[in-house]
Amino acid sequence: MSTTTSALGGVIRRKEDPALIRGRGRYVDDIKRTGELAAAFVRSPFANARINSIDVSAATAMAGVHAVYTIDDVRHLGPLIAQVPVGKLRPLLADGAVKHVGEAVAMVVADNRYIAQDAVDAIFVDYEPLEAVVDLKDAASDRVKVHDDLDSNVLLAWVGHEWWADVIAVEDPRPKIEEAKQRDDAVIVELEMVNQRLIPVAIEPRSVVASWNEGYERFEVYSSSQIPHALGGAIAKTFGLASNAVHVRAPEVGGGFGCKLNVYPDEILVCFASMRLHRPVRFTETRRESAVSTIQGRGWVATATLTGTPDGRILGYELRALTDMGAYSQNFTVAIPLLGLWVSAGQYDIPAYFEAKCVVTNTQTTDAYRGAGRPEALYYIERMIDAYAREIGMDPAEVRRKNYWKNDQFPAVNNTGLAIDSGDYETNLDKLLEMADYEGLKRMQAEARAEGRYIGIGLSTYLEICGFGPSVLSEIGFGWNNYGLPSSFSGSGLVRVNPDGSATVIIGTGPSGQGHETTWAQIASSVLGITTDKIRVSHGDTAESPMGVGTFGSRSAAVDGTATYEAAVKVRDKAAEIAAHLMEAAPEDIRFADGGAHVVGTPGRVVTWEEIADVAYRPHRGPDGLDAGLEAHAVFSPGNATWPFGSHIAVVEVDPETGNVEFLRYIGIDDCGNVINPMIVDGQVHGGIAQGVGQALFEEAIYDDAGNLLSGSLIDYPIPTAGDLPSFELGRTVTPTDVNPMGVKGIGEAGTIGSAQTIVNAVVDALAPLGVKHIDMPLRPRKVWQAIQDARG
Amino acid sequence: MYPREFDYVAPASLDEALDALAANPGAKVMSGGMSLLPLMKMRLFSPEMVVDIGRIPGLDDITDQEDHIAIGALVRHHQTATSALVAEHAAALAEAAAYTGDNQVRRRGTTCGSLAHADIAADQPAGALAAGATMVAASKNGKREIAAADFFVDTLTSALEPDEILVGIRIPKTGGGSAYDKLGRRGGHSDYAVAGAAAWVRKSNGTVEDARIALTGVGTKPMLAAGSMEAFIGSDGSAAAIAAAADRATEGVTVLEDLYGSEAYKAHLARVFVARALEQALARA
Repeated sequence: MSTTTSALGGVIRRKEDPALIRGRGRYVDDIKRTGELAAAFVRSPFANARINSIDVSAATAMAGVHAVYTIDDVRHLGPLIAQVPVGKLRPLLADGAVKHVGEAVAMVVADNRYIAQDAVDAIFVDYEPLEAVVDLKDAASDRVKVHDDLDSNVLLAWVGHEWWADVIAVEDPRPKIEEAKQRDDAVIVELEMVNQRLIPVAIEPRSVVASWNEGYERFEVYSSSQIPHALGGAIAKTFGLASNAVHVRAPEVGGGFGCKLNVYPDEILVCFASMRLHRPVRFTETRRESAVSTIQGRGWVATATLTGTPDGRILGYELRALTDMGAYSQNFTVAIPLLGLWVSAGQYDIPAYFEAKCVVTNTQTTDAYRGAGRPEALYYIERMIDAYAREIGMDPAEVRRKNYWKNDQFPAVNNTGLAIDSGDYETNLDKLLEMADYEGLKRMQAEARAEGRYIGIGLSTYLEICGFGPSVLSEIGFGWNNYGLPSSFSGSGLVRVNPDGSATVIIGTGPSGQGHETTWAQIASSVLGITTDKIRVSHGDTAESPMGVGTFGSRSAAVDGTATYEAAVKVRDKAAEIAAHLMEAAPEDIRFADGGAHVVGTPGRVVTWEEIADVAYRPHRGPDGLDAGLEAHAVFSPGNATWPFGSHIAVVEVDPETGNVEFLRYIGIDDCGNVINPMIVDGQVHGGIAQGVGQALFEEAIYDDAGNLLSGSLIDYPIPTAGDLPSFELGRTVTPTDVNPMGVKGIGEAGTIGSAQTIVNAVVDALAPLGVKHIDMPLRPRKVWQAIQDARG
Repeated sequence: MYPREFDYVAPASLDEALDALAANPGAKVMSGGMSLLPLMKMRLFSPEMVVDIGRIPGLDDITDQEDHIAIGALVRHHQTATSALVAEHAAALAEAAAYTGDNQVRRRGTTCGSLAHADIAADQPAGALAAGATMVAASKNGKREIAAADFFVDTLTSALEPDEILVGIRIPKTGGGSAYDKLGRRGGHSDYAVAGAAAWVRKSNGTVEDARIALTGVGTKPMLAAGSMEAFIGSDGSAAAIAAAADRATEGVTVLEDLYGSEAYKAHLARVFVARALEQALARA
């Protein structure tokens, strides 16, 4: 039994684009419900304050206002549920105190958003401001405590060798590292570096409309969510309903990047209001509101220490980080640094110690943002490799090569006790150096330096862990256990061949720009031999689809894609029996291609899918004992995560007069295992690098000491546009994984994980002749210029 | 992003628009809406009435008027950026328009709207100052002319009275050459100016006969750099003269720090861009 796999690895234009490009896609705010009301929120102007009173009387009396709710109305629903409930859980509305600017204090429901906003302006809240704590070191000292009922602002510390000590035994690397430091020839490099806090800025802000259907005793919810099933579970759990009493649909989702991998108070509150008011209730964030009503990402301050020999052998790497949780713990908040821990030693076979303290501050909650912990971890180690290479005067490519895991070591058990599935780092690096003409670049740089120009070559390699995930991780919170859906992070797919020979693929996950409709059609097509134009992919509907997990952590293709692949194989095997019966051949001799089945060696005689379906739906025409129907469902639980990797080079020129950084080239070689659609993979890398450029050069959630977000609008939070980006030169190596049958790893976050440090390495390299050793991101011209001034004394 | 309630009128003639303004002291003029609408949506500004001048005929041209060129109130940034007339007589303004916003904004927003908005970091005010533009303001009481140098009063404040509309600007055909350069908030020329400078220079017999040098993004308003002009006019326009003029860029200017630059950095950038704009303007003179 075999089949065509021609559709895997082929460029197929995105099936979703005709609708999206012409503005015909349907986003939540495009879906209007009869009689719907609009919600708006009173948000705190203070980062830390007691609430003495809330006067809603004027707002309640306004024409068109249906209700104003405060915590007294919803306290019985409890706080927001988190999967890793360490720290202070977020109350649905402020409960006697506010702990960050933008915290929702009261909810207005009105005929429309304009009236709701007027009513918001008419609500008087008597705040008693308290001292806020924003700086991570200050917060970690417990000088000012964010929450009275927590023992400390430091919630926990993730430590590399003991993150799951009960289950995974790993040797403490510190004695070995200390020993290395005592060597006479030890080279020790240390840097304190900030990986700044970012605002996700999905182009479509979050939007939700909920309706309690009294007749069917069911919630009908549309939400711009990466995790429709999880949201349904959270709503069900909150209201004491069965999970099938909540129908969630996530239609088109205009970007997520992790910020829609969360359940938000507004999603629960519109359900509550709908139940109370017997009307659908909608909430759509405004752009500015989104900066304070949606999670933020990153926010690490860390000291990294690298110990090595003068000839480039790394003997120890230590990272001690303070990581900013914000005020409340939401879905995975405290688990995000753990993702960084797993890849803290990058591609290197080195003794590595990792420690991340999770610290609460009077700021918006942090959680997963594209890369989630991994860009931070890779930033640190890759900056340190560069600093070390510079210190010992060795080419940074050669230092990396010398310390890589070697091909015969895979699966390689790293410093955290996890096994890296597969890798071929040297081949990947060599391809990058060749494509970039690394030696030529170095010559060009030398010539430019002689002319007084500041050109820098930045190199970085990265290791990623993704494709979540192994069911065992649900024991430590990586699952939807607390939403009453203990399915771990299995993938799910349903494949149905319809009576007319078309096919429908229904997946429990949904895209937020990743092109699932195309990729999943290719997966099914590769197995069934049905062309992709006859395959429709349906997603994001909890009533229609089998239980699904969501799109995040670069997991969809590797996990849900695999489930779909396996479901398609089941359908194909059944179809082969039917075709064999019709053609009086053996099932193992049946091949599928070009919209039908034929017997191996005789491609001229074809049984079409319509003919096969006809038999499948009228089983008396088929072989004895044939079950009716032509569909199958599969659930896939991977045995391991997948571990993509890659290498990037940025070439920049710095204007020493202004500090402006200009890209000359950007080259990336990524390895995500087998590739389903090269164009979509490249597109993911493009977007990923763009976000890395944003972090490296522009973006920063800037809070002042009082906890005010100074960069809450796009005027002060610049995100890169196409015009700010270089033309990416991309290539790939292919090192399949054996974790899933398609050999695919994941590519959604790779570009982001690999790029920021590449760019910083390039800028620091450009300024190395001046003695600049490090500049903290974002490398806005003012900082680059200041670094030049400081270096010149 | 939900403004407070306001009245909206879209007059078909200038007279009707001026009547509406005169009758409604709380009214505000809108041309492209690129600056006004965000302020209203953020509820930072809530006019009682918006007078949309977008349908008034005859205001959307750039015309050649013998001794000057005229840019109407509804001329979009894109028109200013690509006009051969503007390129010939006020290259600095054309460049400033080309660096304004993004393509969508440039097709919608208007040069006069940007000038009337008087943002401290906008590009075109510097271009208009360097070009020696004259602003033409109309009200029910008639028209009056305001020199660009007198037009920008303070942060987001122009010399326009509440009942006046900036119906156009006039740029004198004075020869010479001009240029605008800046550092944008996203680097290069991208986004609002961290700091920028426009310069116009006319040389005669090896001497700088006249010059205007303007700054944006640096102080409390777009303004002429008086010290630089004083240093440069009458000089030989040499590299040394450019450096001497640049040195005095922020003389008498209250430099404002923001998220994109410290006072020292902005003052430094003012010097850098005065020099760069002068070099480019001289090359065109």
